[in-house]
Amino acid sequence: MEKIPILKMGRFLLVTVQVDMHDQLAMQLQEDLTERIVAARARGVLIDISSLEVVDSFIGRMISNIAAMARVLDAETVVVGIQPAVAITLVELGLSLEGVRTALNVDRGMALLQERLADEQR
Amino acid sequence: MPATGQTLRKIIAQSQKELLAEWLQAQLGAATLRTDLMKEGELREQSRELLALLQAATASGDLAQIEGSDWNSVRDFLAKVSRSRAQQGFSPSETATFVLSLKQPLFVRLRGELSKDAQALAEEIWATTDLLDKLGLFTVEAYVKSREELIQRQQREMMELSTPVVQLWENILALPLIGTLDSERTQVVMESLLQKIVETGASIAIIDITGVPTVDTLVAQHLLKTVAAARLMGADCIISGIRPQIAQTIVHLGVNLSDVTTKASLADAFSIALKRTHARLPQQLGATT
Repeated sequence: MEKIPILKMGRFLLVTVQVDMHDQLAMQLQEDLTERIVAARARGVLIDISSLEVVDSFIGRMISNIAAMARVLDAETVVVGIQPAVAITLVELGLSLEGVRTALNVDRGMALLQERLADEQR
Repeated sequence: MPATGQTLRKIIAQSQKELLAEWLQAQLGAATLRTDLMKEGELREQSRELLALLQAATASGDLAQIEGSDWNSVRDFLAKVSRSRAQQGFSPSETATFVLSLKQPLFVRLRGELSKDAQALAEEIWATTDLLDKLGLFTVEAYVKSREELIQRQQREMMELSTPVVQLWENILALPLIGTLDSERTQVVMESLLQKIVETGASIAIIDITGVPTVDTLVAQHLLKTVAAARLMGADCIISGIRPQIAQTIVHLGVNLSDVTTKASLADAFSIALKRTHARLPQQLGATT
């Protein structure tokens, strides 16, 4: 069965969505990710959706949910690489992903997570 | 072919030269003549051409049916004339008068031909009036159409002109909005802003609304949408250029702008943007090199 890979990078988890996200896949990701966060004691999750060209309200809500779950597990989620068209669609759908941090690309997202980690260790 | 219109056809076919001369005289003497917009020679040429086309059309076509294929060339010519007059700055009535002024010389001739038969004269005059009115109306319609095309084109141009996204500094974009924000424009603004964010990798966008005349709930909602979309792309938005009246209306309307950084002037917004991006200023750049 198709699966979205979750990579571990230090204290962070890196999820890159390379295929069209359908509902089943999103549910699977939600389950896998929460398990991995606990197993790896991850402090941050970075979800790269730059190759995602279409989103619907369900996927938008899943992203919100995943971020909320990660926060409960004390891992910050940053969603990166949202395409302009996707951003407009999400806003028009009324899903502005409140509470989810966003960044333009993986680099910026990583910097955000590291900043947070550094703040905590201080 | 009905008997009505026969005399009209005959007049147009046989005494074209005289008709043209009389028509031109009527046009040149009329109050609607605009020598400032159009030369006499051009008017003469247009009148001559229309008469020639009318002759061809009346010879074969039905006088009451100017939509028919026999009238194609007349209609095309009139459309062309209206278009050029619309561009030259004629008013609609001046444009229609070009066609309608042909009535008088035609009526004079008809009266001469049919002075003995009042019944036939009335019928001929009716047919002529009917025809010329239709042609006149057609001219006005063509005129209005070309004006509408002009307006639409200008609207499109304005739409493109009015939404520039400029890069102020490394990582800082500015979006000076001029004019009313409707949903269509918001869409264009949003698209160009997001595209620019991708291109430049900017992390802060300043939306300057100094040039937006009024902010109502709808406009505010459009602004907030743009801010939300930019945030999804990882860029923070600062709204600047809020005039005192607009601040008052925003509060009176109960629009919640508390999630967005707002500044009174573009300069303030720029300075906070520089701080947030830890930008290096020219002096500092100069000092390090």
